[in-house]
Amino acid sequence: MSTKTKSPRSMTRRDLLKGATTAVGAFVCGATYVAGPNAAWATEMDALKPETFATLVQMARDIYPHDQIGDEYYVAAVKGYDKPEEVDAISAGIDALNDKAREMTGLEYASIGWERDRVDVLRAMEDDAFFQRIRGGLVTGLYNQKAIWPIFGYEGESFSKGGYINRGFDDIAWIG
Amino acid sequence: MTAPFDHNDDSVVVIIGTGAGGGVLANELAQKGVSVVALEAGGRYLPEDYINDEWESFGQLAWLDPRTTSGDWRVAKDFSGLPAWIVKAVGGTTTHWAGASIRFQDHEWKARTTYGEVEGASLLDWPIDGTEMAPWYDLAEKKLNVTRTNGNPGLPGNNNYKVFEAGAKKLGYTEVHTGRMAINSRDDQDRLMCQQTGFCFQGCKWGAKWSSAYTDIPEGEATGNLEVREKAHVARILHNEAGKVTGVEYFDENGDLQMQKARIVCVAGNSFESPRMLLNSASNMFPNGLANSSDQVGRNYMRHMTGSVYAVFEQPVKMWRGTTMAGIIQDESKHDPSRGFVGGYELETLSLGLPFMAAFLDPGAWGREFTSALDQYENMAGMWIVGEDMPQSTNRVTLNTEVKDQYGLPVANVHFDDHPNDIAMRNHAYERGAAVYDAVGATRTFPTPPYPSTHNLGTNRMSENPEDGVVNKWGQTHDIENLFISDGSQFTTGAAENPTLTIVALAIRQADHIAREMSAGNL
Repeated sequence: MSTKTKSPRSMTRRDLLKGATTAVGAFVCGATYVAGPNAAWATEMDALKPETFATLVQMARDIYPHDQIGDEYYVAAVKGYDKPEEVDAISAGIDALNDKAREMTGLEYASIGWERDRVDVLRAMEDDAFFQRIRGGLVTGLYNQKAIWPIFGYEGESFSKGGYINRGFDDIAWIG
Repeated sequence: MTAPFDHNDDSVVVIIGTGAGGGVLANELAQKGVSVVALEAGGRYLPEDYINDEWESFGQLAWLDPRTTSGDWRVAKDFSGLPAWIVKAVGGTTTHWAGASIRFQDHEWKARTTYGEVEGASLLDWPIDGTEMAPWYDLAEKKLNVTRTNGNPGLPGNNNYKVFEAGAKKLGYTEVHTGRMAINSRDDQDRLMCQQTGFCFQGCKWGAKWSSAYTDIPEGEATGNLEVREKAHVARILHNEAGKVTGVEYFDENGDLQMQKARIVCVAGNSFESPRMLLNSASNMFPNGLANSSDQVGRNYMRHMTGSVYAVFEQPVKMWRGTTMAGIIQDESKHDPSRGFVGGYELETLSLGLPFMAAFLDPGAWGREFTSALDQYENMAGMWIVGEDMPQSTNRVTLNTEVKDQYGLPVANVHFDDHPNDIAMRNHAYERGAAVYDAVGATRTFPTPPYPSTHNLGTNRMSENPEDGVVNKWGQTHDIENLFISDGSQFTTGAAENPTLTIVALAIRQADHIAREMSAGNL
């Protein structure tokens, strides 16, 4: 399969996106910081290049997309990789992701407009150790953040409140 | 002599492990005046120490020493270093268990006779039966204060149960109730009644659920006849030239090798560690490991045919509220080969918190198919499937000499392939479980694969003939008269029921036997 052959669809999308990469590449990156597109979050970088980290955050959201969860939780989920001993591994992984993205779409990963096209790139590398490491880390890094539990309705610890014996353990109303 | 006992005191019974088997055996022997040293690999955690947080609790209680896996079971792919979700602590996995306490059905003691020959399976009848076990089950139900026995009311149904029950009744199931649970449905035995807190798997902070950690162990210690040595990790069991066991070598809390002499040794380290200890005790006299002249040690590993079904509804369920497993459908537990498999299965309510749901709903899955399920977490109901799996001699625990634990001892490798009967039963159960939820308006259902095993059985199985298994009907090894197996590894077959009640009943019975034989001078 030649990587030089572009499908009509990707050509069309590329044309559409031409000149719009700053809008699509949603993260604002400075020399030592990265900020979300809506200024909802910004974080100082300790080790990773800001654009590397921004791509990692986008990758995290695309792996476990929850539209009701803000970027700050995905940032928190992968911030642990922003340290000197991880720079080589993470940079290499994100470089490979961008290589695959360019090969498949002509764009860098974070500049691809539709989630489905980014997911196609991820699917193409889901057996790689880098992808599996990031995905595996997110299972706890994202879902074990207590701050997101209420967004899913999960109530967490209940012993200190006396359990649910007087707080609705059997309060379901819609079942017979 | 009263506890603590001298390391050179060779009159003591040494019990390895303090869970449903070892913990109960230790107390029962202590109550009869027998001196017992119990060696427990884990530390001691009590209700005030338990944590209502899934991952934090897992870090506190779970057995996380290295193990390896092989075979076609999905656990080997998803959780290759974690074949089991069991506990390393005083009380063993009785801290984590859900409390479901149901007896074997009579025919399940005679699986080979009832089911006939099943290709690829190493089925065997137990050398005991339901009549033999009935009085011991009575004692076990009293000890565990099981609901719906001894005049104890059932637990009230929680939200998850109400969905489950309504669906079951629409399908015409009739054996549907909130279970026979070792969880107090009223204040009793100096323990509180269930406060519907959830987190049954993380240790019951009210002590409403029976665990040997805060019942049998302290009761035994109060007699002065039981000494529990915590953080004592057994390396090997020693024997003399006559082929009788004489003591146990273990690493203490500081990593120093210690030796405790023994009159009798009882092994109750769950179905990976128990065979591992026997295999790691190989000597010139017993080059294949202790009690292994049959080459059966480690074989016939069973883990129950399991799986889960979760379902999403239009409106909230909040399944995590209340008792985790107080709900059962027993109609499918019968043996009815017209379904396309032998043996049967139970359906039991189950819930996971959001963090564990993310880890276990569909391990390895990602993308919107997965996250849109979690988005409906509040509207989910859940059930667990537990059925009889086929023993296979190639499903086995062996020593992996390539991988060593923190003490330099070869770790257990756990090999498991599903038997076609297991697969047929699981597919049937997935279909029935989904039908239960569809009957009450589920918009989406999930046939969730098995978790790391909590029911680990059969690696030192009980047999009439010494060549077919490792222990006789008392749990006494065929080869060495003063070496006993006291945990679920002695199960000949797994039956459809959660195993703890049967492990406890066997331990009470074994204690009676050992004490009697000691008095008679036979041991």
